[in-house]
Parts: sequence; C-alpha cells; structure tokens
Amino acid sequence: MATVNYDIELKRAGATATHGWRRLLFFARRYILGTVGLVIMVAFVLTALFADLICRYDPLTVDSAHALAHPDARHWMGTDSFGRDVWARIIHGARISLAVGIGSTALGSSIGVIIGLTSGYLSGWVDLVFQRITDILQSLPLLVLALVMTAALGPSLPNVIIAIAIPLIPIVARVIRANTLALREQPFVEAAKSIGMSEMRIALRHVLPNTLAPLIVLATAQLGSTILTEASLSFLGLGIPEPYPSWGRMLSESAAEYVRTAPWLVIFPGVAISLAVFGTNLFGDALRDILDPRQRG
Amino acid sequence: MFAYIVRRLGLMLVTLFGISVVIFFLLRIVPGNIVDILFDAAGFVDPADKASLERDLGIDQPLVMQYLHWIGGLLRGDLGYSYVSEKPALEEILPRIPITARLAGLALLFSASIGIPLGVISAVYQGSRIDYTLRVVSLSGLSLPSFWLGLLILMAGVSLFGNIPIFNPNPKTFGEYFSTYCLPSLAVAFRSSALTMRITRSSMLEVLRQDYIRTARAKGASEASVNFHHALKNAILPVITVVGIEAAFLIGGLIVTETVFNVPGVARFLVEAIRWRDYPIVQNLVMFIAVVVVVANFTVDMLYAVFDPRIRYTD
Repeated sequence: MATVNYDIELKRAGATATHGWRRLLFFARRYILGTVGLVIMVAFVLTALFADLICRYDPLTVDSAHALAHPDARHWMGTDSFGRDVWARIIHGARISLAVGIGSTALGSSIGVIIGLTSGYLSGWVDLVFQRITDILQSLPLLVLALVMTAALGPSLPNVIIAIAIPLIPIVARVIRANTLALREQPFVEAAKSIGMSEMRIALRHVLPNTLAPLIVLATAQLGSTILTEASLSFLGLGIPEPYPSWGRMLSESAAEYVRTAPWLVIFPGVAISLAVFGTNLFGDALRDILDPRQRG
Repeated sequence: MFAYIVRRLGLMLVTLFGISVVIFFLLRIVPGNIVDILFDAAGFVDPADKASLERDLGIDQPLVMQYLHWIGGLLRGDLGYSYVSEKPALEEILPRIPITARLAGLALLFSASIGIPLGVISAVYQGSRIDYTLRVVSLSGLSLPSFWLGLLILMAGVSLFGNIPIFNPNPKTFGEYFSTYCLPSLAVAFRSSALTMRITRSSMLEVLRQDYIRTARAKGASEASVNFHHALKNAILPVITVVGIEAAFLIGGLIVTETVFNVPGVARFLVEAIRWRDYPIVQNLVMFIAVVVVVANFTVDMLYAVFDPRIRYTD
C-alpha cells in the first residue's frame, strides 16, 4: 500500500517525540533542506498576500524624473526605465508568480487526476484514446506547447494559467493512471467489489485517496517548473502583459541592454525567480522523501 | 522485435498526425489573421485588397481545406511560404537548424560530462558533506531560469572584457567559437546537467545496494573498479534515457537562451514567428520539434535493447 504511517516512519528514524512541537522540530532537524524550502515558500506566500503592507511604493506608478535610479535608501532596488520602484514590483510580482504557480498546478493536476483515474479504471477504448492524447501532448516540450497556447489564447493572467496547465495534464495523468492500474488489483478493491460497492464509489472512495501521496509529490515538483515557465513566457513577451509586474517580464529582452547600464534591473528579478523556485524544489524533494519512501535515495 | 518496431512506428505516425491537427487548429482559434495585422497597421484600406490578399495566402478557404493543403505540401516537402518574408518556409528554416543543433549538441555534451561524474561522486559519498553540497547545487541548477543565467554570463562578459559577446556566424579563433557557441550552451547545460546528476545519483544508489556489488567488494576489487566498472555500467541505462529525452527537450531552454544571446537559430525563430502570427513557419517548426522528440524517444527505446541484453521487445 502506498499510504504512509508517520508514527512508524518517525520511530524508525529514531524519534522519541510523539506529538506537537517536538515532532515538528524533529522533522525540521531531519529534513533541514526541506525546512529551508518550506520557510522560503511561506515567506513567498506571505509576501504575495501582504504585498501592499510590505512596500510603500505602488508598482505601477511611473516617475520618469527618477528613471533608472541606482539602488539607494529611497529605492532599495533602484528604479526601471519608467522610474517604477523595482522593490515594489518584485514584491507585487510574487502575487503573479504565486497565482500562476498554484493556479496552473491545481488546474493541470485536477484535470490530470480525472483523466488518469478514468483511464486507469475504465481501461478499454477510453484508456486507449486518453493514452494517445497524452502521447500527443507529451511530444512537445512544455515551453513550446505553452508558447503556442498563449499565442492562441492571447496574453493575460487567466490565459497564461491555462496555457501552462495544459502541458501538466499528461504528466499527472500518466502517474495517476499507473497508480490506479496497480491499485485496481489490490485485495481491498476486490473486497469492496465483493460487498457490492459501485465502481464509481470504489474509484472515488478507495482508489483516489491512495493516489494522493504521489499526486502531492508530483504537484509540488511541478510548482517550481510552472513558475519558471511563466517567467520564460513573460520574458519572451508572450506571458503576462505590461504593466503588471511579472518577474519574467521585468527581465524581458530589453534586459540585455541593461546588463551594461543598470545591472540591478537584471539581478533582482532573477534572484526572486530563482529563490521562489529553489524553495519549492527543496520542499518538494523533502516531501517526496517523506511521502514516497520507495523513491528515497 | 520486428513486430514491436512496426507497431512503434505506427504509433509515432498517429502521434505526429495528432500534433499536426492540434497545432493547426490551435493557431486558428485566435481571432484575427496576418492580413488583419498588416491592414490594421496600414489604417484605412480597400476591403477588396484585403480579400485578394487573403485569397493569395489561401486563408479564405475552409479550415479543413487549408489543413489538407498544408499536410499535402508537407508530405511532398513543400512547407509553404512565410507570411512575413514571403520566402519559402523551408529556405527560412533549414539554414537555422545547424546553429541550434550545434548548441544542443554542445549543451548535451556539457550536461553529460558534468552531470554523470558528479552524480557518481554524490552517490558514492552518500550522506556526506560533499553529497549535500552537490545536491543543493543541482537543485539550484533546476531553479535558475536559463535566460537569467544567460544574462549573468553577459554581465560577466561586460565586467571582464567590457563588452557583450556577439553572435559570430563564422567563428575562426577558439575564443570566437567559445563565445558564439559554448557560452549559450553552457547556460542551457547548467539545468540539464543538474537533471543528469540527479538521475545518475539515484540510479547509482539503486545499483550500489545490489548483491553483485557486495560480491565484487568481497573478492577484493578496488573501490574505483567497483564504482566505475561494476556499478556505473549498469546505472548508466536510466541516464541514457534521460539524456536522450533531454536532447529533444533542450529546445525549451534554447528558446530563451537564443533570445538572450541573439543567436539566429530555429528556437528564437519560433518565438519571432509566433509574435508575427506567421502560421506557415510556426506550424512547420512545431512539427519539426515534434518529429525530433518522437524520434528521440524511439531511439532511446531502441538503445535500451542494445545496451541491456536483458531487454527484448516482443509484443
């Protein structure tokens, strides 16, 4: 079975604490990197939620008198070519990254789960059709598919979320399907069948909950790549439209000009993207170790 | 084996057909075509001119006819004309392929030659400080956007040499070749070497636990012989898969990197064509990428059977 008994896992790892803060502390000490990742992620979410409280400047206010100002006490991270405060744009940019990251991961995963579960559970021609569709979607690199999707849908926040969610569907569907196929043969599913439970109910009540652990691991792993894809799309000018402060957009092609004259415009948004993605990757790795011990290295 | 290959080839064709349908209709659900864009820019125009231009480009016909026209041409090797340059699409695409292929090849070489040894080291010294450091570095490799890494490389160029490396179509000296091809491919390779390292590490760990490794140690084989001769030889299989699939997926990293370094390859061309709604170029380029991915997947599967005699495709 794919479920994890945390108490046994803890005991095996040598933990004496059984509940509360001590248990949390034990986890933090055992998974140092994961805890660092979690802290970064929490900071990232808080920044997005309280962006208005964190900085005094509006990210959209143009102030051409102070265009391309160096970082100083007033503008911590300098200003861009329109005189907009870079610090304010980075802080507010967290909202966009978070919205795209969570939005597209949630959308892609939920559709992927539905397809994977149906495909694995019903098998037959439904499975065959879904398999071919996932084959098709997986034959294009994530960024290429997302590029064509945004080109088709037009640049806007919801469209970017959809464009990034669609390439995720086959990845999730594949894993959930494989898991469902394995679970279908388990004795507890047979038992449920023998007491006359309907197929739908078995799929939802017995099979689905057991695919949650791999799903969470996969979704966290994908979170970072969705943030990166949004940054790439916006960098190419096909993601979040101006004037919204997307980190990728701040680094858009004109950034190559600023490499010479205004390096702060290049450094800070890049650090923001890398840090956010690094945090989710660290956390995702630790989560995989905890929830999916078979993959543990 | 033969039946398996035939079946795989059949599935490949089905997949490619599916991609062609998806791409073709996806590009056309958006309202407004190239004629609208051109005419919007020109201000007031005669609708008759517009209609005749649409007729010339063949976009006044029903979508299904347009699709059949495209696929028919594709099978004959005629990719149509670019809307923007009005040159044959093939002439536009072909000269750009070697540039991107060279970048991809170098990136792959860097990624394997950095990723595999580091992965082995990380696995052999599992749990040590060096393992931890390498794991954090590899995770950071997966976290840095490759276009940002490219920009940082440009920045280093500015501070070290006072200028930005400019794409040189005919590099003569090693220095020119290095700044034209090696720098952009290093920016791409950082990410894929991280991936290669992680796969190598987990694959090595899996193998190092096995009995025959213990046997090798017991009979007194040296550590180096055990790690490289016995373990790596078997651990390399999953690495080949990932490197092979990465080869095709490198295009994602190349799209942004070619843009940063101003390299006139196919990857950057795709973005330009998308911006211009140059359908003939976009759909042909996407098809090209899909063919590369599908063929790479197939080759990897076949290589599997070559490298591992235990694997026989029978179905």
